Amino acid sequence: MVAFILRRLIQSLFVMFFVALVSFSMFRFVGDPVNQMVGIETSIAEREALRERLGLNDPFMVQFGRYIGKAATGEFGISYQHKRPVAEMLVERMPATLELALVSAVFSLLLGVPMGVYAGLNRDGFISKVLLSVSLVGISLPTFLIGILLIFFFSVQLNLLPSFGRGGLIDIGLWKTGLLTIDGWKSLIMPSITLGLFQLTLIMRLVRSEMLEVLRTDYIKFARARGLTNRAVHFGHALKNTLVPVITITGLQLGSIIAFAIITETVFQWPGMGQMFLQAVTTVDIPIMAAYLMLIAFFFVVINLIVDLLYYVVDPRLRVDTGKASGHG
Amino acid sequence: MPLLEVENLVVEFPTRRGTLTAVNDISLHIDEGEVLGVVGESGAGKSMTGAAIIGLLEPPGRVASGRILLEGERIDNLPYEKMRRIRGKRIGAIFQDPLTSLNPLYSVGRQLVETIQTHTDLSPTQARARAIELLTEVGIPAPERRVDQYPHQFSGGMRQRVVIALALCVNPRLIIADEPTTALDVSIQAQIIALLKRLCREHGTAVMLVTHDMGVIAETADRVAVMYAGRIAEIGPVREVIKNAKHPYTHGLMGSIPSIGHDSERLEQIPGSMPRLTDIPTGCAFNPRCPHAFDKCRTVRPDLLPIEDSWTACWLYDGEEGRNKEASKKLVAETKADAVLEGNNG
Repeated sequence: MVAFILRRLIQSLFVMFFVALVSFSMFRFVGDPVNQMVGIETSIAEREALRERLGLNDPFMVQFGRYIGKAATGEFGISYQHKRPVAEMLVERMPATLELALVSAVFSLLLGVPMGVYAGLNRDGFISKVLLSVSLVGISLPTFLIGILLIFFFSVQLNLLPSFGRGGLIDIGLWKTGLLTIDGWKSLIMPSITLGLFQLTLIMRLVRSEMLEVLRTDYIKFARARGLTNRAVHFGHALKNTLVPVITITGLQLGSIIAFAIITETVFQWPGMGQMFLQAVTTVDIPIMAAYLMLIAFFFVVINLIVDLLYYVVDPRLRVDTGKASGHG
Repeated sequence: MPLLEVENLVVEFPTRRGTLTAVNDISLHIDEGEVLGVVGESGAGKSMTGAAIIGLLEPPGRVASGRILLEGERIDNLPYEKMRRIRGKRIGAIFQDPLTSLNPLYSVGRQLVETIQTHTDLSPTQARARAIELLTEVGIPAPERRVDQYPHQFSGGMRQRVVIALALCVNPRLIIADEPTTALDVSIQAQIIALLKRLCREHGTAVMLVTHDMGVIAETADRVAVMYAGRIAEIGPVREVIKNAKHPYTHGLMGSIPSIGHDSERLEQIPGSMPRLTDIPTGCAFNPRCPHAFDKCRTVRPDLLPIEDSWTACWLYDGEEGRNKEASKKLVAETKADAVLEGNNG
């Protein structure tokens, strides 16, 4: 177990190193950073002096080493556009994105799992068929379209929900949260539905097909033959066996929710990291882009690590150190 | 009153290309504490009969007609919840594959405890004590430690012992054992059968032992039913059926068992294979493969007739067909069942 975690940590470090390499090369290949920083009237001598001062004349490996060293201590340089430390800006924006991602993940799980279980148990039921057909729409519609449609109905036509921004915010130390005000929640509803709808349908379909699969197994048949109640068979035995793939997909999807909140954040003018990233792209603000890339990779790595650990919690077969099959019958 | 009575049971599977009849009008009974063996090739309807009795036919399969009575009470038309209370408590079941019969995510103790608590009022501590007791009874060493282990930590034979413990845990009156040893190593099969036999005798549990292994039947069963294409071909006391097989199909089954000390060089085999459910021949379903078939066999379906100590569905024994008396006598004389019995009792 400990060995496994250590191995995964080393793998994670390797992944992060590689991502750092990619994001660092952006600085070198997407134009000359000095040109981005100075005005047109700056002389060549001044440019050279700046280049020397910033260490841009050092060999690649030295520069890269310095980059990694600073990144490890949470320093990602200064934004070209805003002239502020990137780390500071990310920390400011992070609560908005994380709250949005978390609420939409919870939304999609809380609805998706029960809907999937229902559709799996009542395979030929009318409601199951409706759920399946509707979920197909959910999977096929592009996110931005859902967002725009929601705004059209609930903000423009019905004037029920705000169409942009985070609403009322409350400071908790560094973290500005919208989860403590009614206004904040109202602002959160449409973006999280937009972001979570695809995940919802995905989880529902996954749980459904896994349930169908598990319900065919011998141990479910045997559980019925033992006279266990339907509740025990369905939720105790069947649902738990569907959890491993569901955890895997949910974990991966949580990563993508954070990463692809970009579109939703743009549609709803949500002041999160995604929106900042998109602005950085239009102004070629490389430090922000590079830092964003690193951060998202970091989230993925952490989530995957948690997912791997959850397998151990769910499936006893993976807990190798509890002993091997023994005794012959 | 017999423990279990099956009367004219018909099990059907509606499919797109018409309805298949997997079990076609069979009747049998099992007495208290009795072991009834059910043999036949795969697809003969043995497992279907078992599944119909415990009310677990896989949809769209259904009991189309007939009755099933447990201790005189009709159980084939009970609502799900009432049938659930009977399953496990009054009728236990053991399935073919011990490797897949246990839920891999729960310890064997948990699975035992949940079954015990479903059917009794025992407290969790009492149920756990009972679980350990059961594991001891089925011969699992160090049960106090093993009770908290997971199925993957048990070998195949040990897992089948756990399955037997699960089937017996609230003392059902009847156990449906569907090929309980087929998936196990030969060396372990005998142990499991001996265990099952001993436990059922101790608890006075009746067993319906579904298998295609004549050896297991010869060793374990009190009576045996031979099934062919959804019908019973022959049913009677095990010695009578094995030593004195009447139906040409039973006769063929006996002949196809290899036995040591028998001087025949070749194994007898039944030519052809069992018909598919979609095209069961008219008359006696066995007639295309039967060496003794005559005209009547091809047109009229035979019903079970009492011949000596057992019942047989074969026209050869119909009194009016005098010309076949000779053939039937010859058939009985030819039976090599003595060798079979000797071969398997050792």
